[in-house]
Amino acid sequence: MTESIQTAVPTDVFRTSQLLSNAAYLVAGILFILALRGLSSQETARRGNAYGVVGMLIAIAATLSITAGATHPLVLAAIAVAVIVGSTMALKVGMTSMPEMVALLHSFVGLAAVLVGFSLQLRPEAPPLAERIEVFIDVWIGAITTTGSVIAFLKLRGSLSGKPLLLPARHFLNLLMVAASITLGVLYAKDGPTWALEAGTAIACVLGIHLVVAIGGADMPVVVSMLNSYSGWTASAAGFMLDNDLLIITGALVGSSGAILSYIMCKAMNRSIWNVIFGGFGAAPPKPSGAAKPAQPAGEVQEMDAPALAARLLASKSVIIVPGYGMAVARAQHAVRELTEVLRAAGVQVRFAIHPVAGRLPGHMNVLLAEANVPYDIVLEMDEINADFPTTDVAIVIGANDIVNPAAEDDPSSPIAGMPVLQVWKSHLVIVNKRSRAAGYAGIDNPLFYKPVTKMLFGDAKDAIEKVVTALKADRAKAAS
Amino acid sequence: MKLGIVTETRAEERRVAASPAVVAKWVKGGWEVAVERGAGAGASYPDAQYEAAGAAIVDRATAWQSDIVLKLRPPELAADGACEADQMRDGGTLVSYIQPAEHPALVERLAAKQLTVLAMDQVPRISRAQKMDALSSMANIAGYRAVIEAANRFGSFFTGQFTAAGKVPPAKVLIIGGGVAGLAALGAAKGLGAIVRAFDVRPSVEDQVKSLGGEFLTVTIKESGEGQGGYAKEMSKEFLEAEYALFRAQAKEVDIVITTALIPGKPAPKLWFADMVELMKPGSVIVDLAAEKGGNCELTRPGEVIDHKGVTIVGYTDLASRMAHVASDLYGTNLLHFLDEMGGAKSYKVDHDNDAVRPALVLEHGVKRWPAPPMKKPEPAEAKPAAAPAAKLAAVPAPAPVPSPTPVAAAKPAGKSHGHGGPSAAPTRQSGIALSVIGLVLAAVWLYFRFGLPDDAASAQSVKLLQHITVFVMAVFVGFQVVWNVTPALHTPLMAVTNAISGIIVVGGLLGSRSDDGALSLSVAIAVVATLFATINIAGGFLVTRRMLAMFRK
Repeated sequence: MTESIQTAVPTDVFRTSQLLSNAAYLVAGILFILALRGLSSQETARRGNAYGVVGMLIAIAATLSITAGATHPLVLAAIAVAVIVGSTMALKVGMTSMPEMVALLHSFVGLAAVLVGFSLQLRPEAPPLAERIEVFIDVWIGAITTTGSVIAFLKLRGSLSGKPLLLPARHFLNLLMVAASITLGVLYAKDGPTWALEAGTAIACVLGIHLVVAIGGADMPVVVSMLNSYSGWTASAAGFMLDNDLLIITGALVGSSGAILSYIMCKAMNRSIWNVIFGGFGAAPPKPSGAAKPAQPAGEVQEMDAPALAARLLASKSVIIVPGYGMAVARAQHAVRELTEVLRAAGVQVRFAIHPVAGRLPGHMNVLLAEANVPYDIVLEMDEINADFPTTDVAIVIGANDIVNPAAEDDPSSPIAGMPVLQVWKSHLVIVNKRSRAAGYAGIDNPLFYKPVTKMLFGDAKDAIEKVVTALKADRAKAAS
Repeated sequence: MKLGIVTETRAEERRVAASPAVVAKWVKGGWEVAVERGAGAGASYPDAQYEAAGAAIVDRATAWQSDIVLKLRPPELAADGACEADQMRDGGTLVSYIQPAEHPALVERLAAKQLTVLAMDQVPRISRAQKMDALSSMANIAGYRAVIEAANRFGSFFTGQFTAAGKVPPAKVLIIGGGVAGLAALGAAKGLGAIVRAFDVRPSVEDQVKSLGGEFLTVTIKESGEGQGGYAKEMSKEFLEAEYALFRAQAKEVDIVITTALIPGKPAPKLWFADMVELMKPGSVIVDLAAEKGGNCELTRPGEVIDHKGVTIVGYTDLASRMAHVASDLYGTNLLHFLDEMGGAKSYKVDHDNDAVRPALVLEHGVKRWPAPPMKKPEPAEAKPAAAPAAKLAAVPAPAPVPSPTPVAAAKPAGKSHGHGGPSAAPTRQSGIALSVIGLVLAAVWLYFRFGLPDDAASAQSVKLLQHITVFVMAVFVGFQVVWNVTPALHTPLMAVTNAISGIIVVGGLLGSRSDDGALSLSVAIAVVATLFATINIAGGFLVTRRMLAMFRK
């Protein structure tokens, strides 16, 4: 944030107003940093969000003061409509569909960046050479973000299949598109024809779609955070284009935040980030799955019914619940909360173990449990709780599969080999709630189900847990009388 | 090296610095041990047992002449100026309670003898040093004994009983202060069957109290009493008034009050006033564990048991000494661990870098080393994530494939910070790679503008671009540093809020929708639409974050 911040506005702007708005940009940038910093703990998070809001208001006001009344009046109408639309979306969205909402919002940022780029290109005074390079980059990343996010949104909503779509020679296709984009970029930078920019945008749109359809549903948390990162880099590129340091700073903040999240997710899945971006995981190794699998788990699964489980739970001292996406799908978080409350009232220690990639968004499970009023201090991260399973009486796995798969540790040929998992099988009893015996999102069978310590509780997560709660309450009432 | 265990000379002191069991371990570990004749008599450890453990039984002068003298109470400094420690050889080592803040004259005296002095009362209260924490060992014993003393003077059962002659309600015990002593008292009273309540100003004690089956009492005013080193700090006036009101209500109900409130370096806070004593039922008992520091109860007389309108107030200052047998064994075990920490018999030395030993070092060859340079605060949760990333930048480890000019000296504290292994190791390499990539990009840009462009255009454009790149790189770094601190539970809100913030692209839309003649050209129209989408993001992102954050509750 230097004092020589310039804007793309012609030189008729008063120097003082420009200095003032630069100072305001500085304040806004700091407020954004504080906003992210606030999220480092639950206590300060709300304040952090407030900082963000204030920073944004300052930034908008400062920008409006630069254009000093020359802004087209339609903008105000657009802002009013947008606030209504945005607020409605935010207030109506259910916590289970948060991933979709986030993906959709990413596409809006990308779209806005593309539009800003085109708006600059179509101005009467055409952008100079250096600026054209920046315009092209901005529009290109923006377009990838837009279409990629839309595909992610559709996949998360279930409108598109979660299975990766793998075209033959897809790496070659990607390479071809990148090469074409570079050529177009050079053409555009040289003379600035609008058609080159448009063609580049179209290719980027296709590239965005192609990149995301190739990615499997289990990798969605990474994709969403990657797109988050892209949307930040887009904003940053727009900042270069418009000579606006606030955009550069803010975009960089968002970009690095998304990059870190992607990195954390990838690490949690023991995958390289390139594998995810260009991957097509699950089907990537050209091995025929199923028939020729080396370590097909053997044995019978054993079932346990709700009353038996209730009795077992009441007799235990320590219980760990491992939620997965299945809990979100069945909207079982409230039933789980009730289970927690009954058990805690009975003096049983109940904790939650959250795998970093549980759910379809980083931290998704935490938000769902918070929505159901589960106190956040009993919701623990994998590293905090993994050592406690050997001293745990019952581990309850609700709608999770890959993140508790022991094959990740003992079967080197498994596609998820080496991925850190929650070691539920070390506890004295594992209850696995599943709708059916189908494999997880990664399409891998789970030897956990066949272990002697494991008992299955088949059924929809919500119904099954509610049955257990009813049985628990009956037992408690019997014991009290 | 020879260890010497000397008789404690203070009146009413029955303990001794080590039990025969501990001596046996020292002998096995390669130490030579000399025990003063009769040193263990008060703690029921006869000389024969020490002899059997492999110690030499010697006279007083010989014991004091050992290389390392082990004691419990600080050496006595008589009114006539004679000091016990004068019997030590010049340059010897003394390990004992010293309480250097309260005994400056004693420290002077010891310094004059060129002694090396380690104070067991100054061992830091960190997890690693727990096994050497003599204060905790003694507080534990005192807490237990306080309940026994109270039971001894209380005219009824602790546990409730149904007898043929009728029902006897259980005794109600109030424990003030949930430190080691308070929790030990809680456990003991609970074990006898009483109803136990515990009060503490530190909210973190609540779980410990509950885990022992106690009821946690607190004051509704929000103020944490957490201070340095796990002690409580002094509280505000409003808080204290609410606290006293609570005590007055409790005074009418409870049969036994055990007070354990201490503030380091200060006289014990008065919190059980005469009127509270008078509110209590006759026959009730107060045991004041803070008696040595003046007492928590206004009426306590240190060292005595008094009766105030039917309420017995026990002000013993030697509760641990009243259980000399076990106290000596535990203190000896603390000493054993302490000497092991210093290297044991084989490689004994005073290590300034050992954060468990350094704070206990009062004198080194007569040179004053106390107080030790400040240690980290007791709450690692706050300090750890903040400190770790700061160190990360500088801590590019040797295997990282980056020739980094950053000083490697700063790597040391980062390596010592515990926990947080997963994410903190990775970003080091990441930022190293990022650094080198950014360096290359910068170099390329510079070369391009230096040699690739005509000279006149170069200056203006390259300066501008470099400025932007500087800002960009700085912001990326700030982003990395800040976001690593985000707790994983808040990753979804983080995404939502960054989403809202990336709506900053609205600035581009606003700038583009500038239309000096008021006409709606295509360019302006597109910018207006961009503004629309960006604003949806801003409104939606911030609101949904707010909604999510509001749900997180403890």
